[in-house]
Amino acid sequence: MAKLDSKIPHGSLSEKWTNHKSNINLVSPANKRLIDVIVVGTGLAGASASATLAELGYNVKTFCFQDSPRRAHSIAAQGGINAAKNYQGDGDSTYRLFYDTIKGGDYRSRESNVYRLAEVSTNIIDQCVAQGVPFARDYGGLLDNRSFGGVLVSRTFYAKGQTGQQLLLGAYSAMNRQIGRGKIKMYNRHEMMDLVLVDGKARGIISRNLVNGKIERHSAHAVVIASGGYGNVFFLSTNAMGSNVSASWKIHKRGAHFANPCFTQIHPTCIPVSGEHQSKLTLMSESLRNDGRIWVPKKLEDVKAIRSGQLKATDIEEEDRDYYLERRYPAFGNLVPRDVASRAAKERCDAGFGVNKTGEAVYLDFAAAVSRYGKEQAHVKGLDENDTNLVKKLGQEVVRAKYGNLFQMYEKIVDQDPYEMPMMIYPAVHYTMGGVWVDYNLMTSIPGCYAIGEANFSDHGANRLGASALMQGLADGYFVLPYTIGDYLSDDIRTGPISTDSPEFEAAEKEVKDQLKGFINNNGKHSVDYYHKKLGKIMWDKCGMSRNEKGLKTAISDIKALREDFYKNVNVPGDLDEFNEQLAKAGRVADFLELGELFAKDALERTESCGGHFREESQTSEGEAMRDDKNFTFVSAWEYKGEPSNAKLHKEELKYEEIEVKTRSYK
Amino acid sequence: MNLKLKIWRQANAEAKGEIVTYNISDVSPDMSFLEMMDMHNEQLIETGEDPVAFDHDCREGICGMCSMFINGEAHGPDRLVTTCQLHMRKFKDGDTITIEPFRADAFPVIKDLAVDRSAFDRIQQAGGFVSVNTSGNTQDANAIPIDKHDADKAFDAATCIGCGACVASCKNASAMLFVSAKVSQYSLLPQGKVEATDRVLNMVNQMDEEGFGNCTNTGACEVECPKGISLENIARMNREYMSASLKG
Repeated sequence: MAKLDSKIPHGSLSEKWTNHKSNINLVSPANKRLIDVIVVGTGLAGASASATLAELGYNVKTFCFQDSPRRAHSIAAQGGINAAKNYQGDGDSTYRLFYDTIKGGDYRSRESNVYRLAEVSTNIIDQCVAQGVPFARDYGGLLDNRSFGGVLVSRTFYAKGQTGQQLLLGAYSAMNRQIGRGKIKMYNRHEMMDLVLVDGKARGIISRNLVNGKIERHSAHAVVIASGGYGNVFFLSTNAMGSNVSASWKIHKRGAHFANPCFTQIHPTCIPVSGEHQSKLTLMSESLRNDGRIWVPKKLEDVKAIRSGQLKATDIEEEDRDYYLERRYPAFGNLVPRDVASRAAKERCDAGFGVNKTGEAVYLDFAAAVSRYGKEQAHVKGLDENDTNLVKKLGQEVVRAKYGNLFQMYEKIVDQDPYEMPMMIYPAVHYTMGGVWVDYNLMTSIPGCYAIGEANFSDHGANRLGASALMQGLADGYFVLPYTIGDYLSDDIRTGPISTDSPEFEAAEKEVKDQLKGFINNNGKHSVDYYHKKLGKIMWDKCGMSRNEKGLKTAISDIKALREDFYKNVNVPGDLDEFNEQLAKAGRVADFLELGELFAKDALERTESCGGHFREESQTSEGEAMRDDKNFTFVSAWEYKGEPSNAKLHKEELKYEEIEVKTRSYK
Repeated sequence: MNLKLKIWRQANAEAKGEIVTYNISDVSPDMSFLEMMDMHNEQLIETGEDPVAFDHDCREGICGMCSMFINGEAHGPDRLVTTCQLHMRKFKDGDTITIEPFRADAFPVIKDLAVDRSAFDRIQQAGGFVSVNTSGNTQDANAIPIDKHDADKAFDAATCIGCGACVASCKNASAMLFVSAKVSQYSLLPQGKVEATDRVLNMVNQMDEEGFGNCTNTGACEVECPKGISLENIARMNREYMSASLKG
């Protein structure tokens, strides 16, 4: 178990990070110039880490598969970013943010990492404002906040529904400054194909230039993986089309443990699937639950009439509507955490109350908010508060100012006006809490290989709270990794440049080339997407919002069979040495076909329900998730042993010293 | 729906390209434009032909990667959307759709519909930032109140997704809307004012070096911009440039 040393510093929780920073080894500015660091991925974590490492003086090489670092999928995050600033004076504090995150994660995250996250959260906002990130402000010129699920304070900073975009462009601008100075060398349209280990340490990567197909060797003294999550193992998710697990999976195969793969977030408010042609799903920000009320009809005959088009949502009388979240969870109402809201939607739809043709949709209704805001505006302006049309118009203006871009996006996709008719929503795969296992320093079980942002597992436990992904990505990249990595690199000040002319690079490059040649020469009968869709269906049906032993066992054997068929029968057109999207995709899907199996295995072993992982065998009489703290208060860290089904389980026991582990209740 | 697609095919940057005509059937009006292209590619793969290369990633209209010129318009006939958000319900059965890459000297074709927009990155690297290092002790975020109207205008400018529709739509292939959006964002905020002079000079200089054309105020960029970036930003940049030139 020596390999699973989480390296949590001693001392009281609130002093661990400060003490650790004061005690770790540093690299002098002169020596930093002699050290190279590779960063894979340019989302919030990768971009912020690249910029900060370069500012500190390291030579950074950064890789992204898109045509520019600004395209990384952090750009699509909508709602906001949490920070314990307590600008609203509503009793927020570092401790409260820490507590909410641990509780929201259903007591399956590491206390010390989460406390550090809450501690640096306030620095993030200061840093971003200093960079010129245009957060929303009130008329006094100060920063505005909104509230998100699972918390009772307003600590979320936002920039309309484009917070991720603005934060990423901030980090991208910091990167650009360093690219201009020559401290970051940027490799756009490059995909990491493998990690290279020399004497047991991460010393470089093999990459493929996606424009001309050239396989390249890049060396460094440390490698940072910031390649995001693996939600696309489900085929349909809110991830970008190119989002993939490959960088994380390659390092897993080289010795990095993979933690809690089954912890996946199914986000409650996404636009429902419209047909077989669907290529991806679109999220509607959780911030909408500040003002939207979720409901389905109480009567099955109303559901039938809606589905057949005889009735519209607005025809259903108030007393015939079931606001099921407000009914079941009066304390948090529509702002329960995501896992709870998703399961509640599934419960109603499984019971036959889904409101679209496929029976997989519920309403998100803004009528009450429109009327409330409208009356407020009428009052402020001294107009008639009882004039329904006027109130509606004024209220819609307020809603437009708050969520305009989201409403527009909904209208474009669904072809229905959400100002007039309630939105239809359904849960979809959105985020993966699981990921590469890391210690307190964010180093994986491979010396010199780090994982940050969504790619690691450490902060969100079994369920992530809204607006915490942006916080974690930037905390890791701006404020944690750049310091902890120095402790490791302080041993490398005399190493000098790493040669790429070694047998280790040679061997890794050959493996990559052989796999790619294998795909091109396969001449099979099915496209890559054919397999990706089949894998997605197995995952959604058997490893989705609720899981059971039988289904998981079937999933494991089905995925294995599908993987074998993939290698025999996949058809990848084109050549090796050209812009070939199908070839790039084939490599990604090959890795998903392995990860999927480990995912199901992890879900099978964890017989408790916790957070986003709901095992049907473990629920209360009211159908709420039931944790098994006695047997499962640990992180599952899987060691690669050839086939995913042979992976070896290591357990990192979770100790809660500051927080009393309780049943999570939002009632 | 049944459609006729006329698509620009070009093997690589050096090759000579041409329009190739395809027929596609059973297109659902609920499909997005890119889902229609996916379906078309699946059919090409089945028949052993090379699928059409095109850039795309988030498919939510925010990453700025998709870049098709559809029936003579950047991102197609709909307003305020990117190609990935364009839906087939905007077309009708029997239509012919011409699909070309974003064309400009500064955006060389990589393959088919994918172009190289790294010139945009280089312009940003020339000055599209505030020179502040990461540290745990920048001043408190609320230390400088910012007029809400200015903050909102800065935000509107900052929503540019860097797709290049403005360049593709401009008869001069000018990048003024793109560059002015970044210059405006920073010039409206106190954090960006400090180095405003160097920023505008450096960015405009880089824009010229990349081979983008001049602005002749036709306003086509604003019409085709999927994010509604306003021409006001160009006016603001011209003012900034003027005053910077006088200072310099």
